[in-house]
Amino acid sequence: MDRDGRITRRGLIRRLIAGTGLVGLAGCEKLSESAWFPKVLGLGEKATHRIHRLVVPRKAMAQEFPARDLSPEFRSNGTSMPNNPTYVALAEKGFVDYRLRVGGLVERPMALSVPEIRKLPSRTQITRHDCVEGWSAIGEWTGARLGALLEAAHLLPHARYVVFRCADPMEENPRSLYYESVDLEDAFHPQTILAYDLNGEPLPIKNGAPLRLRCERQLGYKMAKYVMGIEIVDDFSRIAGGKGGYWEDQGYEWYAGI
Amino acid sequence: MARLANKARLAVLKKALRDFRNGFLGAFRYFITRVRHGFLSAVLFTSRLIRLSITKLRATLKYIARARSPGYMYYRHPLPIRIMHWSNAVFLTLLFMSGLNIFSAHPALYWGKSSYRGVPPVLEIMGEENDDGRVSGATRILGRDFNTTGFLGASKNREGELTVREFPSWLTIPNSLWLAMARRWHFFFAWLLVANGSAFVTYAAVSGHLRHDLVPTGHDARSIGRSIFDNLRFRHESGEAAKSYNVLQEFAYLSVIFFLLPLIILMGLGMSPALDALRPGWVDVFFGRQSVRTIHFVVAWALVLFVFVHVFQVMITGFWNNFRSMVTGYYRVKSGGNHG
Repeated sequence: MDRDGRITRRGLIRRLIAGTGLVGLAGCEKLSESAWFPKVLGLGEKATHRIHRLVVPRKAMAQEFPARDLSPEFRSNGTSMPNNPTYVALAEKGFVDYRLRVGGLVERPMALSVPEIRKLPSRTQITRHDCVEGWSAIGEWTGARLGALLEAAHLLPHARYVVFRCADPMEENPRSLYYESVDLEDAFHPQTILAYDLNGEPLPIKNGAPLRLRCERQLGYKMAKYVMGIEIVDDFSRIAGGKGGYWEDQGYEWYAGI
Repeated sequence: MARLANKARLAVLKKALRDFRNGFLGAFRYFITRVRHGFLSAVLFTSRLIRLSITKLRATLKYIARARSPGYMYYRHPLPIRIMHWSNAVFLTLLFMSGLNIFSAHPALYWGKSSYRGVPPVLEIMGEENDDGRVSGATRILGRDFNTTGFLGASKNREGELTVREFPSWLTIPNSLWLAMARRWHFFFAWLLVANGSAFVTYAAVSGHLRHDLVPTGHDARSIGRSIFDNLRFRHESGEAAKSYNVLQEFAYLSVIFFLLPLIILMGLGMSPALDALRPGWVDVFFGRQSVRTIHFVVAWALVLFVFVHVFQVMITGFWNNFRSMVTGYYRVKSGGNHG
C-alpha cells in the first residue's frame, strides 16, 4: 500500500511473489503426500522406461572393465546377513542343502543345487554396480546365464516376467521377504546372470550368497541377493504389494534404468 | 494530477471489462449458432476469438505498463519467451531442490569410474551427534574439513532444533528425506525442462532472437573491455542502449543455454546404467560415471550462481522495469542518456 493506504500494483505483486514462494514450498509437501500427484509425477519415469526401451537396443551390452578398475572391496548394502532361520541353517552347512526352485509358467519345474548351477552355461564379467543412492562399485562376477536356465525350463507362451524370491526379510515381519522381477528382455540379456562368484571367490554372504542376480543395465535394487526361487509369471500384481519388487512396493519405479 | 490519471485509467479498465462482458455474451450466442452450422466454422471462430482476446489483453497490459512513465514503452520480450523463461525458472528450481534430496541419499562425490577405488571422496557432507548430544555438521573437500553446522551436515528442522541433516529441509523437495519421491519429482521435471529447452532453442533460432539478440555482433565483441569495466563499477546501459543485451549478458545467456544446461542434462543421462550401454564406455569421455555425477552436481551449483548474479543484475538495473518486461513484455526506455 502507498501513503494514501491504497493497494498498489507493486505492493500486490511483491506480496504475491512472497506468498507464492511459501505456498509453493508447503504445496510440494502436500502434493508428495497426496494420492494423485505422485502418480502424475510417475509419468516421467514411465516415459523414461518407454524411451529407453525404444532407444537402447535389446542386446546392447553394459560396459565391462579391465581388472585394474576393480574396487578393492565390494560394498555390501541393504541386508548383509538375512535374519531368517531357514537361511541361517543353510549357510551353516555351506549351502549343501540349498536348492534353487524354478517354477511358475514353465514346462519343467526344477530344483537345482549349487554344484548343478555351477555346471550351467556361465559368464564372467567385470561390471559396475550403480546404486540408486548414487554410489558405484566395480566387481568381477561369475554366474549361470539366466537365459540358458530359462530355456532349459521351457517357458510357457504367456510367460512375461521372472520373479526372484529371496531369503532376506526386510521388516520385523518374517514374511516380508525381499523379491524382485525383470521382464524377459532383461532375463535373456547375455549379461544377466545368477552370480555365484565375486572377484574369483565364492560369493560372500554379505553380497548375497549363494546366488544373486546381476542385471547390468539397471540399478542395484533390481539385483536381488539371497535368491531362493525363480517364479515365472504373466503378471506380478497379485504378489506382495503388487508393484513387482520390495522397493517398488515402497514407491520406487519398477524400471530402474536411470 | 495523479488522481485524475488514476480516474482516467479506471474508466478505461471499466470500459474494457464492459466490452469484454458484452463481447463474451454476444460471442457465446454467436458460437451456439455457429456450432449448429458446423464444427469447422466453430473451430475457426474460436481461434479468431482467442486471437482477439490476446490482442485486447496485450493492449490492456500495455496501457497498465505505460502508467507514470517518462520515455516510451518498448516491447522487449514476446509472449513465448516470457512463458518459456518462467517455466524454466520453475522447472530448474524444482529440479535443484529434488536433486539435493536425491544427493542426500549418499552425500559424497567421487572422481573416476566408481566410488570405491581406494581413494577418499572429493567431497563429503558429514553430520554427527556426540555423546553430550551436541550436533555438528562438517564438509570435507579434498581432504580438508570445513565446519558447516547450520547448513551442511546439520541444520535446524521445522521445530528449530539443530539436527543431523545433509541439506536443510527447506531446501529439499520433499522436505523429508524421501529418495523414491524425490526421484519422481526429478525425472518428471527433467522431461519438462528438456521439452521447454528444446522449444526455446527452436523458437530462438526460427524467430531470429538468437541471431539478433544473443549472438554477439562485431560491435559487441569490440566493446567487451568497456563492458567488463562498466559492470565492475555497476554502471549499466540506460535509454536506447538498454534495449539490447550487452556483450557480457550475451556471453552469460549463451553459456547457460548452450553449455551449462546441455551439459547438466547429458551428465544426468550419463548416470543411467541403461544409457551407458548405448555405447559402452562413453561416460569415460567424462572420466567415468562417478565423475559424471560430480560434474552434474557442480553444474547445478554453477546454475544457482548464475541465477544469483542474474537476479542481482536485474535488481540493480531497475528491478520493476526488468521484472515487468519479463511479465508483460514491455520495457520502459527512458528518454535521453546512454549511460545514466
